[in-house]
Amino acid sequence: MSAAETTTAKVPPARRDPLPGAGSGHPGKPGKKRGTGGGAAVPWALLAPCLIVLALVLGYPLVRLVTLSFQKFGQPQLWGFQAAESVGLDNFTDVLGDAEFWHVVVRTVVFAATAVVLTMVLGMVIALLLQRVSGWVKTLINIALVASWGMPIVVAITIFKWMFDSDYGVLNWLLSQLPGVDVTGHNWFIDSTQGLAVIMLLVVWGAVPFVVITLSAGLTQVPKELEEAARLDGAGSWGVFRHVTLPILKPIIVMLATLSVIWDMGVFPQVFVMRGGHPEPEYQLLTTYSYDKAFVVNDYSQGSAIALLTVLLLLGVIAVYMRQMLKIGDVE
Amino acid sequence: MAASTAATRTRPTRKKTKLGWNLLGLLVFVTAGFPVYWMLNTAFKPSTEAIDPDPHLFPRHFTLDNFKRALQIGDFWGSIGRSLTVSLVVVLIGIAVGLLAALAISRFAFRGRKIVIIGILAVQMVPLVAMIIPVFLLLNDLGQYDKLSGLIITYLTFILPFTVWTLRGFIVNVPKELEEAAMVDGCTRTGAFLRVVFPLLAPGMVATSVYGFIQAWNEYLYALMLMSQNHQTATVWLSNFTTQHGTEYAPMMAGSTMMAVPIVILFLLVQRKMAAGLTAGAVKG
Repeated sequence: MSAAETTTAKVPPARRDPLPGAGSGHPGKPGKKRGTGGGAAVPWALLAPCLIVLALVLGYPLVRLVTLSFQKFGQPQLWGFQAAESVGLDNFTDVLGDAEFWHVVVRTVVFAATAVVLTMVLGMVIALLLQRVSGWVKTLINIALVASWGMPIVVAITIFKWMFDSDYGVLNWLLSQLPGVDVTGHNWFIDSTQGLAVIMLLVVWGAVPFVVITLSAGLTQVPKELEEAARLDGAGSWGVFRHVTLPILKPIIVMLATLSVIWDMGVFPQVFVMRGGHPEPEYQLLTTYSYDKAFVVNDYSQGSAIALLTVLLLLGVIAVYMRQMLKIGDVE
Repeated sequence: MAASTAATRTRPTRKKTKLGWNLLGLLVFVTAGFPVYWMLNTAFKPSTEAIDPDPHLFPRHFTLDNFKRALQIGDFWGSIGRSLTVSLVVVLIGIAVGLLAALAISRFAFRGRKIVIIGILAVQMVPLVAMIIPVFLLLNDLGQYDKLSGLIITYLTFILPFTVWTLRGFIVNVPKELEEAAMVDGCTRTGAFLRVVFPLLAPGMVATSVYGFIQAWNEYLYALMLMSQNHQTATVWLSNFTTQHGTEYAPMMAGSTMMAVPIVILFLLVQRKMAAGLTAGAVKG
């Protein structure tokens, strides 16, 4: 990035030039003039503070993450008793050769995928529902959604922990009111499948509002004429949704789904706090697993290797997201 | 606004189906709102009533004792003060630095613009958890471990990209013609920005600041890892209610209320404004 910075600074100013020879990002759209003049040095000067800060706070740690994962780095290296030595791919072969790691990967992917699908489907259903309810119901739903969206994650976790408490949790009581159900004193966290389901419920509860509100904003942009036309052509509600609404919302949906994947793959405090800071092996997701390796076992390099593998796993998803965001960035 | 369009579209024949939708809507309201309600409900119940295996939907004896108890646990005001300091400083730096960068990518055509945009978007995608190990080691080396300044530095990693991207959304919404008109009238480029664009941008900047503040305030992992027990922030303070003797749920809910209510109110205030910036830029930390 710094190389680009120095080279571009030397490009002569493209003042009032509709076809900047220096090459704006859009050679194909000469009519669309983004800048109102000024040299190429100006934007870089404006960007400089931001890029410098990011390079320091993000660039350096990222590089360190990569180097760490190729080193042996534990307690002695942390305190400076021993120099960190390069161990090549050892950390990766260790991690990848560990069956435990693959269990964690599968668990994380299943967890994230289910959470994302649930979030997206529920979000879409509620967004569509908001279009059909009366004004006062809409206001009520919006208040509840914004309140749960704004809830600090740690507070939300705390509330769920309380609601799912085995002895005094309101949920066991509520469920036991149903005929034929008695879950009094049931501990939801003894079985990790149930426990992770509770955690997923918490994640989805916190994530749905953002999806609903963004999709609602998108839905207002779907032209009513198009829906009417489709209806006149004999399309049912599902047909209209499938062939008119969905294609128009697709960019927003892709963006939301990608963000959800990133957030749900990165779920950490939800598991960490729910399990009192010591998640059991069958509760480990990639994030907590990496944390455990680094700070519980004090093997910082293996922790880094796992973190790096997580990032790589996400990269594929990010590529899709990037394309979408660039499109949005271009529509101005 | 959408409520009125919905009302005009209502025909008498649809009244019946609307009732069904409304009932479904109320179900969504109750489900989504219940956890928040249960926090408030428990916060105002006497402790003995809170741990009743047969819970009541309303507090029978309304009390503020839980709040008193919560204030005694851990270092409440200290942790609030630290959270405030960190969040405010991070937002100030983020807005100052981020505004310049947002201007650059939204108002200038220059070589490398796309790369910058990709870079800023990409760094948002790096999970915080992945960075915790090198950040911990870095701060350790710099002697910034367990210091507010260290925490501020690390929070910039997620506040800055977010700020740039949302401010960009707000700047794009200010027509460029306004600036050009001011320049025709004799303003310099900087003058045109300060007199014309900046005032129009103010609401967006306020919304972005508040939103950034909330993100910094809510951060948990870095606060847990990089600060010792004596310097914990508000989110970590909440864990003080759980000891080996068990969890004090009623005071804990009072503590949660004290932490959440101001944030939720702030959030309510800027939420609408942010929806505009979010649909243009879409970020949530």
